[in-house]
Formats: sequence, C-alpha cells, structure tokens
Amino acid sequence: MSENVYIIGAGIHPFGRTDSRSGREQGVYAVREALQDAGLEWPDIECAYGGSAAAGSADIMVNELGLTSLPFTNVANGCATGGSALAASQQAIASGMYDLALAVGFDKHPRGAFNAKPADYGLPDWYGQTGMMLTTQFFALKIQRYMQLHGISRITLGRVAEKAFRNGAITPHAWRRSPVDLETIMNAPMINDPLTKYMFCSPAEGAVALILASEKKMRELGADGVKIRAVAVKTRPPNSFEVFQPGISIAEGGKPTVLASKAAFEKAGVGPEDISVAQLQDTESGAEIMHMAENGFCKDGEQEEWLANGWTEINGGKLPVNTDGGCLACGEPIGASGLRQVYENVQQLRQRGGARQVPGKPRLAYSHVYGAPGLSAVAILERE
Amino acid sequence: MGADIMGEKIDPNLWSDDPEPHLIGGRLPSGEIVFPMPVGDAAKGVEPYKLARRGKLWSWTSQGFLPKEPYEGPGSGPGEGPSDFQPFLLGYVELPGEVIVESRIVDARLEDLHLGMDLEFCIVPFNARYDTFAFRPVAQTESKAA
Repeated sequence: MSENVYIIGAGIHPFGRTDSRSGREQGVYAVREALQDAGLEWPDIECAYGGSAAAGSADIMVNELGLTSLPFTNVANGCATGGSALAASQQAIASGMYDLALAVGFDKHPRGAFNAKPADYGLPDWYGQTGMMLTTQFFALKIQRYMQLHGISRITLGRVAEKAFRNGAITPHAWRRSPVDLETIMNAPMINDPLTKYMFCSPAEGAVALILASEKKMRELGADGVKIRAVAVKTRPPNSFEVFQPGISIAEGGKPTVLASKAAFEKAGVGPEDISVAQLQDTESGAEIMHMAENGFCKDGEQEEWLANGWTEINGGKLPVNTDGGCLACGEPIGASGLRQVYENVQQLRQRGGARQVPGKPRLAYSHVYGAPGLSAVAILERE
Repeated sequence: MGADIMGEKIDPNLWSDDPEPHLIGGRLPSGEIVFPMPVGDAAKGVEPYKLARRGKLWSWTSQGFLPKEPYEGPGSGPGEGPSDFQPFLLGYVELPGEVIVESRIVDARLEDLHLGMDLEFCIVPFNARYDTFAFRPVAQTESKAA
C-alpha cells in the first residue's frame, strides 16, 4: 500500500529572460520560494530530484542551498525532465522511504528555435543538413493533417494564441504580459504553415520547485497541501508519429499522450469530465487543440466549437485550459516547463490564482507535458 | 531524368544509382518497410529496399525561416544570412503499402498542396556541392513531358 503524497510548497522564478541570473540561480530562487511557501528550511528536505536541458546539473545547487548531504538525483529527460523529477520524488515518498522531497526544474536557452544534432537522436546527418530536423516543422505537419481530417480552421489556431496572451497578461510569472489581438496573430509572418509567429512558443528561461510531503508529515507541519492523485510518464508506443521522424509507419499507431492520460485517469479513478482546470502542452496553438482530444477532454474536431464558444477560457464554463498562458505566453525553458504546469495547478487549487483564478473552487486539476523524442507526462492533483 | 544532375549525393546510400533512382529504405525481418535504412547494429537482418517512386501527400508545411546548424542549405554558408535563405516546402509522402517518408516538396505552390495529392520522386540541387531528394506533383511532370 503506497503512501498518499502531497505538494506542500510551490515556488517559481518568473519565466522569460533574466540576464542577471544563470538557469541554476533561477532554480535556487524557485527552491527558496517553495521552502518559504511550505514553511520549511533547506536542511528539512530529505531528498531531491531535478534537472535542466541546457543549464547544467541540478545537484550543484547544494553549493548555494547548503551542504546537507541529502541524496540529489539529476534528471535529464528532455521535455519530460520536470515530469520525471515529479514522478521520482512522488515515488520516493509513496514508497515510505522519505517524508519530504524536492522536485526542481530550470533552464536557460539561447534565442530562436531549438537546434538538434541528428546523431544525438540516432538519425543520419542528411536529415539535419537538408533542414528537415526542426521541431516546429513536426508540429506544423501534425496539425496540418489534423486540420484536414477533422475540420479545424486556421482561425481556431489563432484563438488559442489569443487566449494564451490574454491569460499571460494577468499572470505574474508569465513572460508575454500583453494581449495580442486575433488579427495581428493571423497576419503575423508564417513560420511553418499553418502556424504564424504568434502561434509558437519560444525557448526561454525560468525555474519551478515543488516540495512534496507524506500525509503524516503534512499533518505534522499543518501545511496547506494539494494531493497528488496520479502521475504517469509514458514513452511512445509502436508506429506513433513523433518529432524527428524521417519515416513513419503506414500502420496507425498509438500516442504517448493518450497512454499517459489513460494511465493517470485510471490511477486517479476519475475521468475527463471530473477535471476543473487543465494545463496542456501548447508548444504551438495546434498542439493545445490536438492535446485537448488526446487527453480525452473532447472528440477530434470538436475543438472548433469549443474555441469558437470560448469554452476553454478562465470563465468559459467548460474547461479552462492553460490559465497562466501556457508555453505560448510563458515560453519554454525545457527543464522547468512541465513543473510550471503543476505549479499553476497548485495555485489554482489553493485559490491563489488572483486575476486568473478559475471560478467555483476547482477540485481536480490536470497537467500534461509532451516532448521529444515522443514522451508524455500527466499529473492529476486534488484539493481535498 | 538524372542526366542533368551535377552534384554529389548528400548521402551516398540515400537513393539508388538507377537511371530512375529510388529512395533506399529497409525491410525488417517482420516484412515491415522502414525509412531510412538503419545503420550499425540496427541494420542487422534488415535488407536494403528500393522504395516506390510514387506516393500520396500525407501532410505538408512550409519552412519560412533559416534553420540553425546543422542546416547546410542557402543562407547557412560563410558570410551568408537569413536574406540568402530560400524558403521551401516539405511534407510527408505515403508510399502505398511501404512507409510514409519526409521529403522536400518541389515544383509546387503551398496553396496547391492537398491531402492525397499524387507525387513523384526526384533529385534536386541542394547547395553548391550536394543534391538531395524531393517529391513533386505528378500531373505537372507529365504535362511537361507531353
């Protein structure tokens, strides 16, 4: 029988660009915020998991935080770094071995689209040389086909971005803090058809730290905890269509997001209709649309109606999606991005969302991260 | 075709040297066709397989900005920049019964592309040194030949 696990502290370093701090320094900042939130001191933390994709190892943070001799495991899991750190710290407590654990993710990327080396992904050099190994192309190719098959219009892509910037404008930790109107989004330079400049998130900087506790410890501390109902991390199944694939199987395969979503719902014993707020991977506008269906919140094609009716707005009535502006408004520091979603859900469940607070005391919150080379992490949190 | 091709192949094993070249994929022991042909230990038991020259458009997009390295096309050279970049089209082409391959799309305009469009394999110049592969609309090829 595994122990119940709670998030009792959540800290964030604002996303965007912070020239004065390294990625790791932003991580230390987020850890201190989380400790303060939980009413704890660094020596109280019994174990830690964390990492970044491009800003160095997390365990070096002990230099700044204190040499308490705790086991500190570096996590290097690409876009799922945050999700994997959360899963590892959750397991550390659920197993009964520890009562207090830290999950931390941070990053700092250069400007412009990510560039990947073919050899790092087991791919031939020509794939990169000829300009086909770009993450932005994958997302455009995936949504282009999806739009044709399921009747999603270009304006729906624009509406997702418009919502993201509107939510970002009222979110203190967001990078993009100004609304952008639909016309500007639609008429912006085309990056990869059908996606314009405003429909893509940008690599950025930021950090998030979460402190996890056993139920016993939470009660002992009298802490304000949010229960982790489920965490699921899944890599791709056979014949799936993922980023960086020179060839795809003609057999229709599964999707890592669908697998992670189903596993998380099953573990939590709840369904999509029970969720009050969701943070879904929105690397670009189309990803949010496709992930609404892949996570089971609507059927393929229904997003057209959802977006036209504003059902994913904070006060939209159905399911608020990406209440802090998501990756589109916050940018994507890879190591921190998945934990930002969880941070946002913790804030929403604790009724600390301020201007972006979802109405009606949300009880169950859902977060979903997706990334290269085809993996997905889902977390379901509950306010008891 | 093939006679007017002057450049080196961007990868010597990427397509065949036939007068009408084929992309080289691999046939797994299970019979499944994959692209590209695996290399190293992953190639064990995999037979090189000449892929079909005709297929149907599965999805597409445009590349509107200069990719970072390792891109080696126009705009990437010494002293070159974004103004030297030539935007291009790319997509996935379904080779019926075989595999869906990612490829440049040439001799077409973005607005002409549609799901299921008939496309044909071809070799195109890539940069000062290399040729690469692409697919182009079949109808246009045939009307040119006529």
